[in-house]
Amino acid sequence: MLSYLANPLRFMRVSRWLAPILGGGAAVLIGLGLTLGLRTPPDYQQGDTVWIMFVHVPAAWTAMLAYAALGAASFTSLVFRHPLADQAAKAAAPLGAVFTGIALVTGSFWGRPMWGAWWVWGDARLVSVLVLFLLFLGYLALRASIDDEVKGARAAEILALVGLINLPIIHYSVEWWNTLHQGESILRKGGPALAPVYLTPLLLAGLGFSLAFGALWLVRTRAEVWRRRAVSLELQTALR
Amino acid sequence: MSLPLILGALPGGKYAVYIWPAYGVTVLGFAWMTADTLVRAWRWRRKAQAQEAMRQTSPQS
Repeated sequence: MLSYLANPLRFMRVSRWLAPILGGGAAVLIGLGLTLGLRTPPDYQQGDTVWIMFVHVPAAWTAMLAYAALGAASFTSLVFRHPLADQAAKAAAPLGAVFTGIALVTGSFWGRPMWGAWWVWGDARLVSVLVLFLLFLGYLALRASIDDEVKGARAAEILALVGLINLPIIHYSVEWWNTLHQGESILRKGGPALAPVYLTPLLLAGLGFSLAFGALWLVRTRAEVWRRRAVSLELQTALR
Repeated sequence: MSLPLILGALPGGKYAVYIWPAYGVTVLGFAWMTADTLVRAWRWRRKAQAQEAMRQTSPQS
């Protein structure tokens, strides 16, 4: 599938109809997930703050998905020198930064009433997600700071690959260290710890956020293809 | 009417002042991502098409 889409013409043809389908699916799933989520009863420990989970957790999942996409695209661009992969990497970074920002801010709004603090520096989960946010910003800043677009892309791709080590750290941080953040409650041995009344809307919203990322990623990659085409044509016209 | 008072009137009881700003930040994030992505795609597509049109109409030197 990936090698099929590696052809830019084919990618433009497929993404033209795939992006609206993903976007429409995302709108339906997020709408359904949040409608069901906001009807759930208060949790016996967290009260109504459990509602924050329906945006916080999907945003955190999607932030990690966006970084995995950035890492995979950077690897493909570095190893195979495929221009479309570099365009896809560049398109994923700002989206990932926003999803990580949403996860951090909504987490703070949950932490204040539950832990009595907006932020805890000693918490490995919080700090590793902050590092993820800084990796996205670092990738964007590095690309922007080097005038030569190819050199800037290479430097940023190396940073993106190094940063991949942070993904397992985020996932296992709640197991490896004693943290205020609660432990793994979905992907764990013995099945999810959440009651179905919370799990169903959470999974719907999570899938919706992921599809939204997919749709926006495709459209941003298309925009990047158009940008390079415009720049290249401008150069050709100037050289005539 | 102050913002905490308005938020307090929303569902969520005493936690409404934390819940609704969290949803507000999420909506803002999605609005920015969608608007920036669509504007970017529209702008570069137009520029590329304009360059292509110019290339086809201008005589080669």
